[in-house]
Amino acid sequence: MLLIHCPYCEEDRSELEFRWAGEAHIARPENIAAISDEEFAEYFFLRNNEKGLTYERWRHIHGCGRFFNAARDTVSDRFLTTYKAGLPKQVLPETGASEKTVETYEATEGDAR
Amino acid sequence: MRRYSVFAVAREAMRAHKGWEAQWSSPEPRSAYDVIIVGAGGHGLGAAYYLAKEHGITNVAVIEKGWLGGGNTGRNTTIIRSNYLYEESMDIYEHSLKLWEGLSQDLNYNVMYSPRGVMMLSHNTHDMQSFKRHINANRLYGIDNEWLTPEEAKAYVPVLDIAKTARYPINGAALQRRGGTARHDAVAWGYARAASDRGVHIIQNCEVTGIRRGPNGEVLGVETSKGFIGAKKIGVSAAGHSSVVMEMAGVRVPLHSTPLQALVSEPLKPIFPCVVMSNTVHAYISQSDKGELVIGAGTDQYNSYSQTGGLQIITHTLDAICELFPIFRRVKMMRQWGGITDNTPDRSPIQGVTPVPGLFVNCGWGTGGFKATPGSANLFAHLIARGEPHRLAAGLTLDRFRTGRLIDEAAAAAVAH
Ligand SMILES: Cc1cc2nc3c(=O)[nH]c(=O)nc-3n(C[C@H](O)[C@H](O)[C@H](O)COP(=O)(O)OP(=O)(O)OC[C@H]3O[C@@H](n4cnc5c(N)ncnc54)[C@H](O)[C@@H]3O)c2cc1C
Ligand SMILES: [Zn+2]
Repeated sequence: MLLIHCPYCEEDRSELEFRWAGEAHIARPENIAAISDEEFAEYFFLRNNEKGLTYERWRHIHGCGRFFNAARDTVSDRFLTTYKAGLPKQVLPETGASEKTVETYEATEGDAR
Repeated sequence: MRRYSVFAVAREAMRAHKGWEAQWSSPEPRSAYDVIIVGAGGHGLGAAYYLAKEHGITNVAVIEKGWLGGGNTGRNTTIIRSNYLYEESMDIYEHSLKLWEGLSQDLNYNVMYSPRGVMMLSHNTHDMQSFKRHINANRLYGIDNEWLTPEEAKAYVPVLDIAKTARYPINGAALQRRGGTARHDAVAWGYARAASDRGVHIIQNCEVTGIRRGPNGEVLGVETSKGFIGAKKIGVSAAGHSSVVMEMAGVRVPLHSTPLQALVSEPLKPIFPCVVMSNTVHAYISQSDKGELVIGAGTDQYNSYSQTGGLQIITHTLDAICELFPIFRRVKMMRQWGGITDNTPDRSPIQGVTPVPGLFVNCGWGTGGFKATPGSANLFAHLIARGEPHRLAAGLTLDRFRTGRLIDEAAAAAVAH
């Protein structure tokens, strides 16, 4: 289970209080009726699904209820930072995702914190 | 390849089992192949086998970054069924179920396909209506699926708690008798042996790190940890890593990769005969031939390639199992593991051509693609050989996310093991 820092509550809380909300920094097209099917598919369905550094949204659903953004490594599951919605993408160095398969939860537990 | 048979067993018994040969060869890669398949799971190995067997294309390599069958093929809970709601799904899963029925004979390898029945529990009015809709759709399409009362379900699975006061009351169940399980490793090994026998190269411990393209954008081959290997056609069947491999050719796919966990108990004497699934409370259970209870849990909510998952996910599943089967409360769990599943927005797979000439994709099987292994592999081979999809897989294209012709099993069943 992840330990997540809510930038609004300024507290580390258990994953059980949060709901993952998909890739971050996707802008809804301003005139959605005018875009082509390709553009709609791109906006609505296509996702980066990165192995390594990813930017994603979370919602503190059983806390303050607010959405915020996070930068996380999807190999170690370690959070690099969380920041308030509306702030620009926090530029971070690539994490150099390890290709080694992690076989047990215990192996990453230290990092996941 | 020497065939396996009762006579072979007897012969080897006479000479201290010294005569068994390696099941597949492990050659060094050639400089080029007609077809390269990325990923030696059941789907990739099977596709190579059917390319050789049904399309006469034997200059094929299956390239695997780890060991064959070490992905989701070797990590899943092996539930096999074909009682999906939509025609596109029924077409491919039923094609697969029919191939399961003859697979051990076809491969000369015992994949231990066991049509012991798959029972899906209904807990509320919504479940009942949805299951009956599935049953009617299936029967109209020639697929077996039947409704059981709680008493009939209990007669089939005596350890089930159907008390009205139960935490998760059971108001009926759907049963597909032809559904069941198979031995996951044997599926990978059986396809590997049969493909290798027909000349396919299986190259393990070789990671694909790039896809090289020609002047017109067409594929030229793959960069790997063992150097460049040429091919005019590439089929990607990399399950949880499909986004990563497709990105090498600049193709974005509508997937998110999440861990899915399973666990097994200490072995018990035979205690219930079939597979029992409950989508509503997220629990799946069967008993292996070794006697272990094989239990499938849910996915984590976030994207991850960690091949592990949160402990709260499996405890949630075990809570549900203990409510449904009070008799299992004191059983000890022995092992737990995770695999990375590739999930699409409509929870249906993607198989088809891509915008890149020569590049074909088979992915998005997510939490439920083991059952589809023979069918998917068979139709993927057809796609690669002919350059266009087989009728039974025509709806599974990548393009459906542009046209809007989704196959919304996500809404139909919520989960799809
Ligand atoms: C815990 C769990 C339970 C499940 N339960 C069920 C179930 O009960 N019933 C069911 O039908 N399905 C189930 N599934 C889903 C099922 O396991 C998969 O859909 C199916 O096995 C996918 O098969 P595959 O051959 O496509 O993938 P895999 O077996 O994962 O094969 C893909 C291969 O690609 C390789 N690869 C990836 N990237 C590269 C690269 N860059 N270079 C070279 N090789 C690469 C991987 O190492 C891997 O071996 C379950 C999955 C999990 C994890
Ligand atoms: Zn908060």
